Amino acid sequence: MSWMFLRDLLSGVNKYSTGIGRIWLAVVFIFRLLVYMVAAEHVWKDEQKEFECNIRQPGCENVCFDYYFPVSQVRLWALQLIMVSTPSLLVVLHVAYCEGREKRHRKKLYVSPGTMDGGLWYTYLISLIVKTGFEIGFLVLFYKLYDGFSVPYLVKCDLKPCPNTVDCFISKPTEKTIFILFLVSTSCLCVILNFMELSFLVLKCLIKCCLQKYPKSLKVLSV
Amino acid sequence: MDWGTLHTFIGGVNKHSTSIGKVWITVIFIFRVMILVVAAQEVWGDEQDDFVCNTLQPGCKNVCYDHFFPVSHIRLWALQLIFVSTPALLVAMHVAYYRHETARKFRRGEKRNEFKDLEDIKKQKVRIEGSLWWTYTSSIFFRIIFEAAFMYVFYFLYNGYHLPWVLKCGIDPCPNLVDCFISRPTEKTVFTVFMISASVICMLLNVAELCYLLLKVCFRRSKRGQTQRNHPNHALKESKQNEMNELISDSGQNATTGFPS
Repeated sequence: MSWMFLRDLLSGVNKYSTGIGRIWLAVVFIFRLLVYMVAAEHVWKDEQKEFECNIRQPGCENVCFDYYFPVSQVRLWALQLIMVSTPSLLVVLHVAYCEGREKRHRKKLYVSPGTMDGGLWYTYLISLIVKTGFEIGFLVLFYKLYDGFSVPYLVKCDLKPCPNTVDCFISKPTEKTIFILFLVSTSCLCVILNFMELSFLVLKCLIKCCLQKYPKSLKVLSV
Repeated sequence: MDWGTLHTFIGGVNKHSTSIGKVWITVIFIFRVMILVVAAQEVWGDEQDDFVCNTLQPGCKNVCYDHFFPVSHIRLWALQLIFVSTPALLVAMHVAYYRHETARKFRRGEKRNEFKDLEDIKKQKVRIEGSLWWTYTSSIFFRIIFEAAFMYVFYFLYNGYHLPWVLKCGIDPCPNLVDCFISRPTEKTVFTVFMISASVICMLLNVAELCYLLLKVCFRRSKRGQTQRNHPNHALKESKQNEMNELISDSGQNATTGFPS
């Protein structure tokens, strides 16, 4: 079980997505998942070993690290990637459910289980809203947990058993800040793509409804 | 998720590329991605562990390392490779969109004489002309921009492409100007020079491909212009002949129906 599993699952979503949905998938795979795996993971590799406090008191470094990094940024990044990718599976499940129903009843119940209308449209819309919710939720969580998106090079810590206020030095703060800013920008890009897709789907549905009503009103006028 | 997935994405673009484009993809994956994965990560693996400063002051090593290496070489190379490979996806998306539209027209019954079935449309090699030419040329342009930008960032961040064996650091909390020693500076310099040369070769290949595409278009236009110049009244003659043929056929019809012309 690794990121390949998520990648294979998401590749299956590709055929039921709109054009913007496919762009979203490409952004997630290349600019978030790939960057996480080949670069970001290694930056945070020795974060606790390289976290150094200006004190010899045993336990002081541990409590200070735990206080300033309740959840490591890189783990939060991984959680965000998983939570943001999973709503797309609702669409795959819906299509599989429709196909299962057709098989059980042994007759054609739907025009085509993969077309974006009726129930699947609602499922796709819900998955978009949930995805966007998770993206914004995680960004807010990141901001609140770490007081912003930048990593300082020095933090002051006076928790027990530290005898006084000690200086603690974080390793590679600049590199970590760069990658966190990269994560935030790709997240924002994905939120924008989700909003665009949402508007596109809603507009398309409204236009279809108007066109269906319009010929009826034309008939009424001609009589 | 690793470089293999990127290779799958970009490999799909390979069949719609020019020959220079195919050489570029090979250079990228063999001389840059493979070298990065196989060698560079081993060399830079212990970069912070073996970065040693001549002081026992806690925190001095951390701040000095952070000051001299704001972003590690291998992370910068990984980002460069990702950014440089992504414009090729524009071409892949354009081809996918073109195939989708062709399949839609085929289903409506419009292009039945050109293709036998939908599988034929998927297997067709799309030629680089029209709007695809613009997409392809823009992708090469962006590739060149990204390569140049990353090479400049490298030069700017590390004051050149050479790594010294000792650095002097006097940033707080270091008590005075201390000596800090980088691990394996010569090996790192060798790999840096290798990766920069591979970057330069890729940039030259991109410039060559751009020139080739531009020349191809100019040559095609001049050939079209020449054919029009060799037969200047060709179009005019054709339309007059068509008019005469219509008149003849009309008068023929009138004769058979018995109406006066």
